[in-house]
Amino acid sequence: MADLSTNFLGIKSPNPFWLASAPPTDKAYNVERAFEAGWGGVVWKTLGEAGPPVVNVNGPRYGAIWGPDRRLLGLNNIELITDRDLEINLREIAEVKRRWPDRAMIVSIMVPCEEQSWKAILPRVEATGADGIELNFGCPHGMSERGMGAAVGQVPEYIQMVAEWCKHYSSMPVIVKLTPNITDIRYPARAAKAGGADAVSLINTISSIVSVDLDNFAPVPTIDGKGSHGGYCGPAVKPIALNMVAEIARDAETRGLPISGIGGIQTWRDAAEYIALGCGTVQVCTAAMTYGFKIVEEMTQGLSDWMDEKGYATLADFQGRAVPNVTDWQYLNLNYITKARIDQDLCIKCGRCHIACEDTSHQAITAMVDGVRHFEVMDDECVGCNLCVNVCPVDDCITMIEMTEGSDPRTGRPIDHDYANWTTHPNNPMAKQAAE
Amino acid sequence: MTVSETSDVKANRLSSADYADNFSDIHPPLTPHEAIVEADRCYFCYDAPCMTACPTSIDIPLFIRNIQAGNPIGSAKTIFSENIMGGMCARVCPTETLCEEVCVREIAEGKPVKIGLLQRHATDTFMEREQPHPFTRAASTGKKIAVIGAGPAGLSCAHRLATHGHDVTVYEAREKAGGLNEYGIASYKTTNDFAQDEVEFILQIGGITIENGKALGRDVNLEQLTAEFDAVFLGLGLPGVNALGLEGETASGVVDAVDFIGVLRQAEDLSLLEVGRRIVVIGGGMTAIDAAIQSKLLGAEEVTIAYRRGQEHMNASLYEQELAQTHGVVIRHWVMPSSLHVADGSVTGITLEKTRLDAAGKLSGTGELVTLQADQVFKAIGQTPDAGPLAGLPIELEKGRIRTAADRRTSHPKIWAGGDCIIGGEDLTVVSVEDGKIAAESIHKALMA
Repeated sequence: MADLSTNFLGIKSPNPFWLASAPPTDKAYNVERAFEAGWGGVVWKTLGEAGPPVVNVNGPRYGAIWGPDRRLLGLNNIELITDRDLEINLREIAEVKRRWPDRAMIVSIMVPCEEQSWKAILPRVEATGADGIELNFGCPHGMSERGMGAAVGQVPEYIQMVAEWCKHYSSMPVIVKLTPNITDIRYPARAAKAGGADAVSLINTISSIVSVDLDNFAPVPTIDGKGSHGGYCGPAVKPIALNMVAEIARDAETRGLPISGIGGIQTWRDAAEYIALGCGTVQVCTAAMTYGFKIVEEMTQGLSDWMDEKGYATLADFQGRAVPNVTDWQYLNLNYITKARIDQDLCIKCGRCHIACEDTSHQAITAMVDGVRHFEVMDDECVGCNLCVNVCPVDDCITMIEMTEGSDPRTGRPIDHDYANWTTHPNNPMAKQAAE
Repeated sequence: MTVSETSDVKANRLSSADYADNFSDIHPPLTPHEAIVEADRCYFCYDAPCMTACPTSIDIPLFIRNIQAGNPIGSAKTIFSENIMGGMCARVCPTETLCEEVCVREIAEGKPVKIGLLQRHATDTFMEREQPHPFTRAASTGKKIAVIGAGPAGLSCAHRLATHGHDVTVYEAREKAGGLNEYGIASYKTTNDFAQDEVEFILQIGGITIENGKALGRDVNLEQLTAEFDAVFLGLGLPGVNALGLEGETASGVVDAVDFIGVLRQAEDLSLLEVGRRIVVIGGGMTAIDAAIQSKLLGAEEVTIAYRRGQEHMNASLYEQELAQTHGVVIRHWVMPSSLHVADGSVTGITLEKTRLDAAGKLSGTGELVTLQADQVFKAIGQTPDAGPLAGLPIELEKGRIRTAADRRTSHPKIWAGGDCIIGGEDLTVVSVEDGKIAAESIHKALMA
């Protein structure tokens, strides 16, 4: 059986599945239940500075988008950092960590962007025995208007500055949680590293309005007739998060910086993808909020079974293995030719491939052959875009097959087995320049 | 086997709760949640096979997508635009041999999208919310058309003509409009007086007058109608019933299945209906199935359908046959009526002869006999047109049915026809609706030329 244990910045946990900083980690009761269920660690819901706690709305805090059977696809929230007293949180953190020494206990922190504020809270967190801290530079709503959360995360200089304070006033490992509400994720990641942060975690939630109530014409969730943007999360955000993780993993300046991956992780497979893109741990929230803590059993079991099947004994055996295969468009092999193939035995003749290709792409799939409903790819029109594969409702009915012999019936050009990309393509004006 | 000398036909075989339960909706409607989930199973196929299979060419993928997108009212409008009886067809269509048979999900998983139930969801939602009629009349053309028969063909024709701005008078021999929908379909398929609700819904278009109790050949005749009206549509149905041709056929207990169903449909109190303890139904179509199941539901103990050919030859779909079997009806294939047993003027049994196909493919008796006790024998061996009123007019007939062109025009230039009374009619509500629609368009074209 595969070894799922992790050592992230020296923080050990029996598996890479941590609960992200959010309502599931807001108090000892939930965290105890999570640990009993088997979660490897938690990032305790963000603490604010001492004094009166923040105030949450008393109306709905969540909005959602669903599939037709109400499967939750995306969630947003307008909740703020913990609205419980700092003292209580610190006491509970210490108690829970004492009871569960083998689990990772990270504490999320968000205080005003002033040195004194950080200097004040860091020793108190450290005193709990927590394993590390995560700087919440991500919340897009509520706290950002007060100069915290995403307001900090969008300014690399602030990230660097706060990271430096944390390293200075604390001996705990520092994880900087990044906001996706920024144009290029590499800049805040570089700033975190420059500030001495030990790792980054991403993504925090994306600024969002999930829907508009068409009866009262207000965003959802609606508080007394008004709505505000919230933070978007859940399965729908995974593609955005994966790209940002990959950008950091392959950037020359941040390559090798430990990453804790967050965003739409619902199953072991999602986690494996994050780890393949370089993540040392993953953080889960929406899936737990949707299904409860028990899902960690599926996650650990699935990851372990897959690793066994692949022959990976430890997470390190495949961690980061997808990173070298992430490249820029200009380096993709332009001599790699594929055509769609429809398995006629599997085809149920819905015609989706035909109409998608006919209306919106390359008119490369028949609808009728010899007077009967028949869907077949015309190689002389097929550009290999694979839209048909994506709209086909049957698994493996349409596949993309590489052409290795002869010539491409569409272009008439012979198949060239040599790699050639845009940088050297004759149509690229930059290529000519490079040749001179 | 000896046949009992007494028959046992009586009412009140069940408790009142049993009657209510037995005759409740056989396919309960989908809840809104079920409908949304089921609608999502539709792949919105290109040139969808279901749409091609529907005799009225309803845009099925579009109406299902309407449901999925939370617009059941728009969905119903999509349905009604091709089939104004979409509500009834959703209940009585043999979807298993029409749209659902060719659903790609049937190919993929053996479980088609529940098109019939989705159609019902949309049309029921529309009618329950008492929406304004989905169509408005065109400006009046001043043309008058007579429609004979207020069944599916006649009402469909009348409705389409009315939308085009024509004035329509419908002559109906019976007390109520609806035809087969009102008198000839098992009651558990169309509960809560749906047939009459649908008639009212159709008439909301305006411009249609129904004259009940007016029979062709008795109260009106074609000569007069063709003189008074700009066009005539015949949707006569098939009022006659085929005879067994056996001695004793007039005995008490030998019942026309169509009448039995009609009486049952009109009954205010099912417990007053008499039914035998042992029933034999002769025939293999939907009427045979409907009569057999309903007699079982009325409390008959032993119900047998006797059909002269094999299962695969039955007009009733396999699904309908299974429905009968799950209600405890025994279906005997390859037997034909040989003689009736009558005592004291009442039928007490029937002797059947086993049949086979000879080398030439012709059905013949084997001489082997089997006798079943029966307090009632239902005849469901096909219906015939009533040739009387058509006699003397230059309308081409074939075996008593009316010959029409593709546009449902008869050989008489002012007369169109559709539904069960024409050659090639499939005895399905949905086909009759389509006939009426096609004829209406043809009449409209002819009158406006």
